[in-house]
Amino acid sequence: MIDYPTLKILWWLLVGVLLVGFAIMDGHDMGVGTLLPFVGQGDDERRVVINTVGPHWDGNQVWFITGGGAIFAAWPLVYATAFSGFYWAMLAVLWALFFRPVGFDYRSKVHNATWRSTWDWGLFIGGAVPPLIFGVAFGNLLQGVPFGFDDYLISTYTGTFWQLLNPFALLAGVVSSAMITMHGGMYLAHRTEGAIQQRAVWGAVGAAGLMVVAFIGAGLWLKFGSIEGYVITSAIDPGALPDPLAKTVARSADAWWRNYRAQPLLWSLPLLGIAGALIAAALVAARHTLSAFVASALAIVGVIGTAGAAMFPFVMPSSTQPNASLTVWDSASSHLTLGLMFWATLIFMPLIVFYTSWAYRVMRGKVTLAHIRANEHTAY
Amino acid sequence: MISEQLVDLSRLQFAATAMYHFLFVPLTLGMVWLLVIMESVYVMTGLVIWKDMTRFWGKLFGINFALGVTTGITLEFQFGTNWAYYSHYVGDIFGAPLAIEGLMAFFLESTFIGLFFFGWDRLKQTQHLMVTVLMAVGTNLSALWILIANGWMQNPVGAEFSYQTMRMEMTDFWAVVFNPDAQAKFVHTVSAGYVTGAMFVLSVSSWYLLRGRDIEFAKRSFRVASAFGLASVLSVIVLGDESGYTVGEAQQTKLAAIEAMWETEPAPASFNVIAGINEAEQKNDWAVEIPWVMGLIGTRSVTKQIPGIHEIKAKNRERIVNGITAVIALETLRKHRDDVVAKRVLEATKGDLGFGLLLKKYTTDVRQATPAMIDQAMHDTVPRVTPMFWSFRIMVGLGFAMLLLFGLSFWATLKGEFQTRPWLLRAAVLMLPAPWIACELGWVVAEYGRQPWTIYGVLPTHMSVSTLSVNSLYGSLAGFIGFYTVLLVVEVYLMQKFARQGPGSLGTGRYQFEPAHA
Repeated sequence: MIDYPTLKILWWLLVGVLLVGFAIMDGHDMGVGTLLPFVGQGDDERRVVINTVGPHWDGNQVWFITGGGAIFAAWPLVYATAFSGFYWAMLAVLWALFFRPVGFDYRSKVHNATWRSTWDWGLFIGGAVPPLIFGVAFGNLLQGVPFGFDDYLISTYTGTFWQLLNPFALLAGVVSSAMITMHGGMYLAHRTEGAIQQRAVWGAVGAAGLMVVAFIGAGLWLKFGSIEGYVITSAIDPGALPDPLAKTVARSADAWWRNYRAQPLLWSLPLLGIAGALIAAALVAARHTLSAFVASALAIVGVIGTAGAAMFPFVMPSSTQPNASLTVWDSASSHLTLGLMFWATLIFMPLIVFYTSWAYRVMRGKVTLAHIRANEHTAY
Repeated sequence: MISEQLVDLSRLQFAATAMYHFLFVPLTLGMVWLLVIMESVYVMTGLVIWKDMTRFWGKLFGINFALGVTTGITLEFQFGTNWAYYSHYVGDIFGAPLAIEGLMAFFLESTFIGLFFFGWDRLKQTQHLMVTVLMAVGTNLSALWILIANGWMQNPVGAEFSYQTMRMEMTDFWAVVFNPDAQAKFVHTVSAGYVTGAMFVLSVSSWYLLRGRDIEFAKRSFRVASAFGLASVLSVIVLGDESGYTVGEAQQTKLAAIEAMWETEPAPASFNVIAGINEAEQKNDWAVEIPWVMGLIGTRSVTKQIPGIHEIKAKNRERIVNGITAVIALETLRKHRDDVVAKRVLEATKGDLGFGLLLKKYTTDVRQATPAMIDQAMHDTVPRVTPMFWSFRIMVGLGFAMLLLFGLSFWATLKGEFQTRPWLLRAAVLMLPAPWIACELGWVVAEYGRQPWTIYGVLPTHMSVSTLSVNSLYGSLAGFIGFYTVLLVVEVYLMQKFARQGPGSLGTGRYQFEPAHA
């Protein structure tokens, strides 16, 4: 069996993989949803846009659901604290997600313009709101979240919903939204042709530019603004039983830069985020759509990796009771559960990647107006 | 102290959203196998009508599936949003089957459902059938893992409490997986789903037959549904919850409540068919009894006793008193992690820790617990009898009514003369809601019957909630009611629209009432 400290780190990596997987897979259909009202003009065009993700959005959404389940199993205390603390933000994500299964499946089942355009905006909400909120959440994690524990480890969030919408967090939200829109645009450009493709390319390039600017802006703000990071000041025993109240934590201006100073190789992550987006924009403009999609996926790895690497080993720092901050070391599940879940993931993840790829291969090729018109009753 | 209102509202929200989710899940579980059967016949015979059946029923399946997915996400969220302490306290065990469900089952069904709908022209016949089968396997595996998680809430095996991490930790994964409660629940629940799918197809097909439209299509559908439904309803009744009955204390309490068995009778106990339950005085004013039967069902013997509610409560009172010691030891240990005496005391009493925590409903400091509070907590350990008693009886009654209906329907199809029996077709149409009512009542029996615990004997419900404001709960509840009402209206509208249109909605030109092409 793998030792406990290693498993704790492996699970930090695996949660990262699941988040990145979610952003790449569900991200591209959320991006398509965000672009839907703008890229598709008229019902047929919108049906083309929707059908590029029609066969896949449901499978992609499982990245999110499994990611949630994995955090529940691997970091129960994080799951409990984040979901209850960010109560209204989480409900907003949930309710936005409601629009997707029903929107995709029900939209084209009734011939009525109002019905259809209502669901189109529903799909827009379902695509645009979750990435925005997740970005805002990351922005708050970087600043610390007001929560604490009592002796029973009952967590209490002491902030308000509106506190979450501070300027830095909103900027992080812009990074996330632009990133997902960019990625959706790349995908849409790959699966469509003609005027729809042209508009998707504009959307993708614009979003890529916005993302790069906002991402660099957030980095500068973190460096030169007044945002403090968190650092563990007591000795760490990585193999200890998880107890978030057993350590001391301090805040300092340069804490989020420590990992980068200690491991300069980590700078490749933000560089990958920026370069990936710029290269993707250039490639999609030249209609190398598949490689553009790959490049924007790499950009996502870079952007999410940048935030994760800055915060390691913190997962959810507490601004009001810093010692109660949740870290990789003291919010994990038991040794047995982590080990078991690790092997389960190792067995099933390759299988999932395999059959998902097969599903995309089966449905490959451009979705066209002619195809939509010929499949009136079967396409979305 | 946690406010009663917060606990009640959190429970209401979970009950409402879970029962709403469970309107869609059973139909999915059952219909997916009917699709597999229909498509298999198509692949074997090449008759295009079987392909049309797969596609038409698949369309209705899809409309239902969409809401199943939508409402399922709510439940995953709710553990974290509204039951944070629960999530922390048991996530080490409960989270694992949930995550494995995602990895093993949910990815499978969700990936292949896309190909099921969109892959008809891109896959070979056998490939498409394989896709349908994988989708069916995925949905059923999904149910398996969810019910393993749920079974652990009823009978928490393979886990131990740790005072250092202040939570339950897994000690034996296979004990959790092969938990007899979980396995019994799984076969019972999926069979109930199969019955629901069969009833849906049977009812809608009967309606077509009564109207004399799409006869060939409806006859074949009726035939498949009656055979599959008969097998499933037998499985629900025979396998039933029966194997789960005698396992674990949770089931003993539940059994006593279901049967309104206040006193422990000399073995073998009699069975109350119906009874006038008097909750206030904790007795039955009258009852229609069948001697011996309860003892036979409950213990498979004529000599073993089944504990009645009063006996269960008296035992639980002792456990609560013992639990006070456990709670005090735990609180000492939380302040001084290496207090040797407290550690020894907790080790000795930790089996009753959950019972001690029941007192947290009445006092923050269990040292201050009065005998009156202990009595209160003791009364809490058994759920209210009336809803248990009647929910169970209506569920079972509907089960037997459906057995009769599927039996007659299957007999009619064997004879090949079901069209000459309009009363049977009408009964099939009228019985459409029966499986849903039975499924929801089954949920009530299983989950309400677990009260006052979220994890039986381990974590009381009132300790499991998130520390939220009551206003947040009112707000979110209002949101759910709003969204769910609109969604239900939309879903029912689409279901009946396409059910009315019938196979003509496929636009193949082979059926009646083809919609005008736009």
